[in-house]
Amino acid sequence: MVGAMEIYQLLPKTNCKKCGLPTCMAYAVGLLGKQKQIEECTPLIEDKKYEQKLKKLREVMAPILSSSETGLIIHDEKCFGCGNCVVACPVNVAADPTGSAIGLGPKSDKAILVVEDGVVKCLNPKECRRFGPNKILCSACTATCPSKAIEFA
Amino acid sequence: MAVCTGCSLLCEDIELALKSGAIAGLKNICRKGSGHFHALFTERTKPTIDGQEVSLDQAVAEAAKILKEAKSPLLYGWSNSTLEAQKAGIDLARKLGGTIDDTSSFCQGRLMEMVLKGEIPTCTLDDVRNFADVVIFWGADPSNSHPRHLSRFSYYPRGEKRDKGYEEERNSIAIDVRKSDTARLCKYYFKVPPGGDAEFIAAVGDVLDGKVPKYGDKKKMIELGTVLRKAEFGVVFPGLGLVYSLGERMNLFSDLMAKLNGISTYKVVPMVGHYNMRGFNQLMLDETGFINQVSFKDGKISHGPEHSVVAASKSCDAALVIGSDPLSALPFGVAKSLARMPLIAIDPKRSLTTDAARVVIPSAIYGLEAGGSAIRMDGVKVQFEPVTASDLPTDEAILARIKEAI
Repeated sequence: MVGAMEIYQLLPKTNCKKCGLPTCMAYAVGLLGKQKQIEECTPLIEDKKYEQKLKKLREVMAPILSSSETGLIIHDEKCFGCGNCVVACPVNVAADPTGSAIGLGPKSDKAILVVEDGVVKCLNPKECRRFGPNKILCSACTATCPSKAIEFA
Repeated sequence: MAVCTGCSLLCEDIELALKSGAIAGLKNICRKGSGHFHALFTERTKPTIDGQEVSLDQAVAEAAKILKEAKSPLLYGWSNSTLEAQKAGIDLARKLGGTIDDTSSFCQGRLMEMVLKGEIPTCTLDDVRNFADVVIFWGADPSNSHPRHLSRFSYYPRGEKRDKGYEEERNSIAIDVRKSDTARLCKYYFKVPPGGDAEFIAAVGDVLDGKVPKYGDKKKMIELGTVLRKAEFGVVFPGLGLVYSLGERMNLFSDLMAKLNGISTYKVVPMVGHYNMRGFNQLMLDETGFINQVSFKDGKISHGPEHSVVAASKSCDAALVIGSDPLSALPFGVAKSLARMPLIAIDPKRSLTTDAARVVIPSAIYGLEAGGSAIRMDGVKVQFEPVTASDLPTDEAILARIKEAI
């Protein structure tokens, strides 16, 4: 997954402050966290010399923009549907002690991750520990994935 | 709720929604099982004789004729059939005086025999979930072969005595020739070269005896010895990698298990592939005293490698293949011998075997179109009901009709 430094390399690096942030590095972090939009960097959009960088930036940002509110990205083509993430997710375990906690399919409506048609789906991102301003950087689901089919942006 | 017959975990918590005869939704099913369920609608077989479509009655009559005329028929497959069909198959073999064998003779047969005869201690997968604190995947990659193995039973779920989660309460060890998808998730990984499992077993024996191992990374091996010694309830999941590597030296593995059980409690659950291979082995053991490779010639029961599919494909003069695709799975020489003899294939789906068979009889898919019972990889009997209606006969109904016609 792309990092803030990689995004920074694709910015004008002039610290012009037109985006409202003091530095281009701060803007890169903002883009990564989805608090900022690419269009807010006006020099990058308007100046022709940054055309290639803008194109590349849009490419690297595409998976981040398609991720859920918690930044979870699911690569359907890599998923085995093993359900390790469903069973290891601490929120699923707490909400569903007779279902996903003991290895069965989730029985609770609050389950964040469920397996449908052989592929994991994210149903209740708002329940995830990574949601909202006071998020905890939990990685219980990604750590248990055998095929790297899920990751956080 | 439906039961998935895609592998020997026989997952019972599948939520299936059907709409106008098509699958509208499948929940809690792995990718392998999903493919198995969706297969309901593709590449189905039709009753044929020499490639020409015929009625079911004609196909059954031709199959009965072939088996009746054969001096020494072989009945092979069985691992993807229910206990009821397997029982009917054993009765048919007895009546024909033929040879009966299943996929285990080329697979986990030797290990399964030791487990079923009580030479190696075993337990259920529910015991694993509730009590196991050390799980060892040896020559097996359940993430690919049994995708829900780790999440349903062996590693991630919480159980009666293991309610704090896998990070704190379970140790996982993978022993394999490559860093498989399962090995990547395990806390310890030991790489063994192909065929090197006997030396690895000797080294584990050494560290358990407090000696310096002659094999592998000494520090890592001593650490493994400490983990094994501290275990309260250890479970080994041996796969084909271990069985093929040890070959006739399976006693080395049972000796290691005896040594481990002298220290703590250790159990073995073989990683059976097909959903009812263990069922066939158990049935055969109860009926004949042997788990596979049996001949009923002249009304006597004889057992030995000469009655395995490998030898029987050369000596038999007709074959009935059910619930298996030996022409794809077995070595070329065996497949060629089978393809040359009059072959009857009972299968719901098209395969290389059905393509080469003289007679093809379509059957219902168990778990979807037909119910029955099967034995999970750990010996637990699972009952299942059909989830959709079908006019196709079950394996046991076809076998009963063939028996009647003979």
